[in-house]
Amino acid sequence: MATMTSTPPVAFSEKETAVPIRVEDVHKYYELGDTRVHALRGISVEIAHGEFVAVMGASGSGKSTFMNILGCLDGPSSGKYLLEGTDVSLLNKRELAAIRNRKIGFVFQGFNLLSRTTALENAELPAIYARISEQERISRAKEALAMVGLADRAEHFPSQLSGGQQQRVAIARALVNRPAILLADEPTGNLDSRTSVEVMEIFQKLNEERGLTIVLVTHEHDIAQFAKRSIVFRDGKIRKDEAIVNRQLASEVLRTLPALED
Amino acid sequence: MELMATIRIALRAIARNKLRSCLTSLGIIIGVGAVIAMVALGQGAQHQVQQQIAAMGSNVLFVGSGTMNRGGVRLGWGNTKTLVYDDVAAIRRECPAVSMVAAGTGTSAQIVFGNDNWYTRITGTEPEYLDIRAWPLDEGTNFTQDDVQTAANVAVIGDTVRKNLFPAADPVGQTVRINSLPFRVIGVLSVKGSSVAMGNDQDDVILMPYTTVQKKMNGTQWLAYAMVSAQSKEASFAAQGQIEGVLRDRHRIRQPQDDDFFVRNMADVADLYDQQTTVMTLLLASIASVSLIVGGIGIMNIMLVSVTERTREIGIRMAIGATEDDVQRQFLTEAVVLSVMGGAIGIVSGLALSFLIPRVLGWPVSISTTAILIAVLFSIAVGVFFGYYPARKAARLNPIEALRYE
Repeated sequence: MATMTSTPPVAFSEKETAVPIRVEDVHKYYELGDTRVHALRGISVEIAHGEFVAVMGASGSGKSTFMNILGCLDGPSSGKYLLEGTDVSLLNKRELAAIRNRKIGFVFQGFNLLSRTTALENAELPAIYARISEQERISRAKEALAMVGLADRAEHFPSQLSGGQQQRVAIARALVNRPAILLADEPTGNLDSRTSVEVMEIFQKLNEERGLTIVLVTHEHDIAQFAKRSIVFRDGKIRKDEAIVNRQLASEVLRTLPALED
Repeated sequence: MELMATIRIALRAIARNKLRSCLTSLGIIIGVGAVIAMVALGQGAQHQVQQQIAAMGSNVLFVGSGTMNRGGVRLGWGNTKTLVYDDVAAIRRECPAVSMVAAGTGTSAQIVFGNDNWYTRITGTEPEYLDIRAWPLDEGTNFTQDDVQTAANVAVIGDTVRKNLFPAADPVGQTVRINSLPFRVIGVLSVKGSSVAMGNDQDDVILMPYTTVQKKMNGTQWLAYAMVSAQSKEASFAAQGQIEGVLRDRHRIRQPQDDDFFVRNMADVADLYDQQTTVMTLLLASIASVSLIVGGIGIMNIMLVSVTERTREIGIRMAIGATEDDVQRQFLTEAVVLSVMGGAIGIVSGLALSFLIPRVLGWPVSISTTAILIAVLFSIAVGVFFGYYPARKAARLNPIEALRYE
């Protein structure tokens, strides 16, 4: 990989066809006093349009650091990260914020909704930062809530919603600016098994029907089975990168599970 | 992020902690309220003094006979016998900046009417006295130059004398006895109130020809003072110089000698009081504005706490695309909204105080729109100044660490 010629940020015409995520020999280390702690030691990976990748690995394997870099929350110490052909390491903070806002949708383990703020207003939030007009914002937020099956809960506060519903609001929020990539960091970590499958059903639907590229961090094997490809991290390196063979369909799994909620 | 959305977010954050927000704004409320009330109080005092001086006549000069030093005993003003009516006539004749002059001399006496009696000041003067002091009559007529020539027993009484001697009857045409002499009351003065300079009741007085006082009461030939009216307020300084020149000349006073008279200029007095009340107003306002600054520090304190408490919220906002500017603007707006709300409530409470002070304490107030405007601008400035650092701190947070913050 080190011998690969460096590609300059691509021109607009190529962007349409540019690979959503290309990571080239990325290292990340932190200075702790005199010692240098390596989190990533030379990661190279390419994620194509419409892929559904599960990133797996034990804690400390570097998968969270990898996700932070993919999400433009953190930059690599060395190496390159091209997001839709744009070299992210060349961008300033304001441009990074714009990328997080428009190109990437985030879903977190702890939902991270704003409390005392309705589902609709939570979903609307990224559109506010994208300076979209209020009318357009509300219609997009409603559309996104409908997509995750929460059209009737728009005026509810997070405290009035179940964990699964809160995570669906968070997914609606991630979708409101119509990003090409959805990054989900342990999205089922705080959910029971049936709700987890429900969330995965939404992910699969978004991936199939809207061609959304999804990168999902999880340490649960049965959750990873809903993805199309799995990348396993270990000690800051990619240990395994393979297609998932017995891919499960969440909608089918749900039929076999007994109803617990609602 | 558009302004309305930013303000809405700020209002929601403020509403989340109602008690805390109220307490935080309290500093600004007290500051703005105090500035408005204190300036209103200071300006009220200033206006009252100005009105009273204007009522006295700002172009009035007072010529008093001087102090004297007899064998080491220094006597107060009005004790020299050198100011006489010819001096008054000379001032009238020779000073072009002077429009009117009235001789004055005084005494005090017991006035008797029927079964009532009253001890009061008697001012012996000339008819022009009332014009110089801009003091109209309520009833009856003024005495005339003829009365002065004949030292007639006529009296014009002040309102306090009327109240004490004639609680029911019409005083005009009645006869009172002063030192056993009968005097006909020919006029009643309008109410003048208490004087600014001396603080005494100006209505507790009886006016009559100066000749009557000289011949029938004091048995003297000299005067205690003369009231002078200059052509205008501006001319009063020229008039002062001319009067001093005329009197020094007539009294043969040469350079090293002290004057045996003095001239007090009301324009001087007015300026002096104006300066004093302005200083008082500024002093009150600056003490009050200290609490505005204290209020600002309160806002800064709470905003810093708020930034720490909402670290996670800041992380979420940054992760979904808020720039540093967005976060900074959000917290700055919150601080400004807090201080402006405090300012608005402060204006209301300042106006309420300005309304209550004259009714409860009886002090005059004059509400200043300038003070209100300055208080509002100041409260915005306090919000921006004391909100900037916490907002900057919020904007500088690392999104990854902020998201991990519990």
